[in-house]
Amino acid sequence: MSPITSGNATPFTVGIALDGAGWHPAAWREDAARPAELFTAAYWQHLITTADAAGADYVTLEDAVHLQGVDPLQPNAEVPPRPQRGHVSGRLDALLTASWVAPHTRGIGIIPTVTTTHTEPFHVATALQTLDHISLGRAGWQLRISTGAADAAAFGCKAAPAIDARAVLAGTPDAGLQETLEDAADAAEVARRLWDSWQDDAVIRDVASGRFLDSDRVHHIHFEGTHFSVAGPSIVPRSPQGQLPITLLAHSPQIFELAARTADVVFVTPESDSVRAGASRGKSVAQLVAEVRAAEQRVDRAALGLEPLRIVADLVVGLDTEAETATDRLARLDAAAGARFESDAHVSTGTAAEVADLIAEWREARIQGVRIRPLTLPGDLDTVAAELLPLLHGQGLGAQPAGGEPIHLRERFGLARAVNRYETAQEVAA
Amino acid sequence: MSAASHPKRQVHLVAHFPGVNSSTVWSDPNSGSQIDFESFRHFAQTAERGLFDYVFLAEGLRLREHGGLIHDLDVAGRPATLAIITAMAAVTRNIGVVGTLSSTFNEPVELARQLATIDHLSGGRVGWNGGTSPDAFHGGNFRRGGYLPYGERYVRAEEFVRLAKQLWHSWEEDAVRADKESGVFVDPARVHSVTESSSQFNVTATSTLPRSPQGYPVIVQAGDSPAGRDFASQNAEVIFSLHTEYEDGQRFYRDVKGRLAGAGRSEDSLLILPGASFVLGDSPEEAREKSHEIGLAQISPQTAIAWVEAIWGRELPELDPDGPLPSIDPGEGAQRLGQVSTQVADRVARAAELRARAEAEQLTLRELVVAETTRHTFVGTPEHVASEIDRYVQGRASDGFVLVPHLTPTGLDEFVDRVVPLLQERGVFRTEYPAAAGPGAGATLRTTLGLPDPLAAREPDTAKEAAA
Repeated sequence: MSPITSGNATPFTVGIALDGAGWHPAAWREDAARPAELFTAAYWQHLITTADAAGADYVTLEDAVHLQGVDPLQPNAEVPPRPQRGHVSGRLDALLTASWVAPHTRGIGIIPTVTTTHTEPFHVATALQTLDHISLGRAGWQLRISTGAADAAAFGCKAAPAIDARAVLAGTPDAGLQETLEDAADAAEVARRLWDSWQDDAVIRDVASGRFLDSDRVHHIHFEGTHFSVAGPSIVPRSPQGQLPITLLAHSPQIFELAARTADVVFVTPESDSVRAGASRGKSVAQLVAEVRAAEQRVDRAALGLEPLRIVADLVVGLDTEAETATDRLARLDAAAGARFESDAHVSTGTAAEVADLIAEWREARIQGVRIRPLTLPGDLDTVAAELLPLLHGQGLGAQPAGGEPIHLRERFGLARAVNRYETAQEVAA
Repeated sequence: MSAASHPKRQVHLVAHFPGVNSSTVWSDPNSGSQIDFESFRHFAQTAERGLFDYVFLAEGLRLREHGGLIHDLDVAGRPATLAIITAMAAVTRNIGVVGTLSSTFNEPVELARQLATIDHLSGGRVGWNGGTSPDAFHGGNFRRGGYLPYGERYVRAEEFVRLAKQLWHSWEEDAVRADKESGVFVDPARVHSVTESSSQFNVTATSTLPRSPQGYPVIVQAGDSPAGRDFASQNAEVIFSLHTEYEDGQRFYRDVKGRLAGAGRSEDSLLILPGASFVLGDSPEEAREKSHEIGLAQISPQTAIAWVEAIWGRELPELDPDGPLPSIDPGEGAQRLGQVSTQVADRVARAAELRARAEAEQLTLRELVVAETTRHTFVGTPEHVASEIDRYVQGRASDGFVLVPHLTPTGLDEFVDRVVPLLQERGVFRTEYPAAAGPGAGATLRTTLGLPDPLAAREPDTAKEAAA
């Protein structure tokens, strides 16, 4: 029954996106919320083990260089950003939170957000590789760019890109954004090459010749980009998956192209009526799938040796409980926040069966998974785990609850075992 | 003057995960993976079983090269420091985790946040050894590239720590209210943005993390130059030193502790922990024999030749490991890249020194390299090693040691099983970790180390500095 073992069809994955006390800005005020524990290991361990036990395919962990509540594309965004009294402010570093949780979980994929624009690609790549070692092949990367002036000022290394926020929201090409995307593509390319820079059999421990390594199987990457170069090899031997799945959230054709060039999985936001969805606003699942596939054609993805993107649709989910309907909860949260909830993703409230029906309907438009953003944490996650995931599993969607050997995250997405580019090069030369 | 009126000085112990030097033996059948997480779990949990203060990991910025190729004779490949020390903290409860993280190839706002994250996750068990990286070779892997002139290394390190501390202090203790009733998550008046313009940094930021359990990580320092010592007297709470000889250790101890008063610090606010290796045996003879065998395993014939090539700064293809040192003079080439210990300022003088020693002690090339690079600090029975460690600490030659085992990941097991109980019998080593300040967590690393809370004394100043 498991789609993972049934032939060659791409499995339909069900992931959970975690952030703070949930995706509603007032979620931290819920009775079940634990806002004083947001910066503790116990909180994140609880959330992720809940998702793991319920058989979610993966969790993603949000992150950014700046405080929450600051819209990086807001032209008049304050520098430095200031915390807002009524909002959750502050986040633990996502990759390190993932590194903490990995030894405490068994089956679930763990995908931290790590930004590229101001960070060192070498550190990013080697830290992710280390997470893959720690998790025994369950790590992925949600790549994110940092476009804001606040992020640039916090690092103080280079100026913020000159980006026309209105153009970006409208989805029209923007030179400043393009430059940032090129830099992100370079960072991803560096990561991909570093992840291959050790062949699996590089460590030989040959006492006779005194060699620990076969240096022919460890490779400089010789990356020369417009703005930086990286010599390599990685300091980290090849990790269990070799290549970690790279994911990114995209709303516009320009970002779909970045995904098509660099990623394995793209998160899209269909059926959102909010301005926050940018160029995806009001678009159906089928329209976004068509746009992503068109972007793959434009960059000639097949020629890059990458499998088709796994298109995963995001949705914010609030579920009815015995105590109250999700619609009532949303209204109550909106009242607490003093504003109607606006999200770049569609907000789905109702019974688990209703949400499962919506997901089944979306699936017809040829997506390969959904990523659920719980409206509140841990409240809606608990209900998703108890009611929605079993329903989806019953329909053959998502992984089955854990129990067997941990499987690699690549395998969950139906990605083939990653062939090492340097092995291929050697075979060709031989 | 009785023992009762002077409590014995207490030993502090650090477990250094075996590194990527020839001192880590990989040819032994008991040598395990240098990268599998199980190795790190075993090592951290063994050190915690032995009640060590912290586990320590060095940082990899680039694989070493020899003669233009990846250096293939030593253990190579290791995890990224931040991620692995986080995971080691996740599988332990009390022991601290400390890593080297370069102040040259990191940026303060990012590294400060990463270290604060580990401090939050671990309940205050993280420390930071802020290394400086001098050369363009390492820079080849980084956006900033290039290198820092020697003089600027400590300027950047100093400014880096100052800026990081401002960020760590910038949220007052009670800034996070998380008050569901009133709807106040954070009190913005208690969150101070940081602006710093210095020779190395031009930063304006608001930290994205509340103050962590320790306030900031324990600051460890490994440099030994006069500039390094001054930096240490200002900033460091632990010095990882190279002074393992008793008298030399006492001199270093006096020198560094003597600088503290000038920085307005007490003598007990800084611990000096030299790196040390050990070989245990049931008898002194057995220990000496094992030490000899380990030395030969550390220095294979190929490693001996490569070491001499590194010092000589040139290829020496005809060299016989069981013969004499080369008769030709050193060249100017950078034969070995990425390893500080083989970088020699005056190669001719160093070669003369080595030739003199080989001649005086009648050593072959390989024997000489064994003698130069593998001298094990403590060799003997567990009783002898425990008494030596005690002697150093009571004699103010150190406050304890950073132990560097020669095997991954089991190199610490025998020490924990056989030496730690003897130190405890002597009344110079803890029999349990200190109690936590609050429920549900272990003590902070700073508490375990017995160090004063640096924020307690400085609070008024830093609040002023941090106010924007």
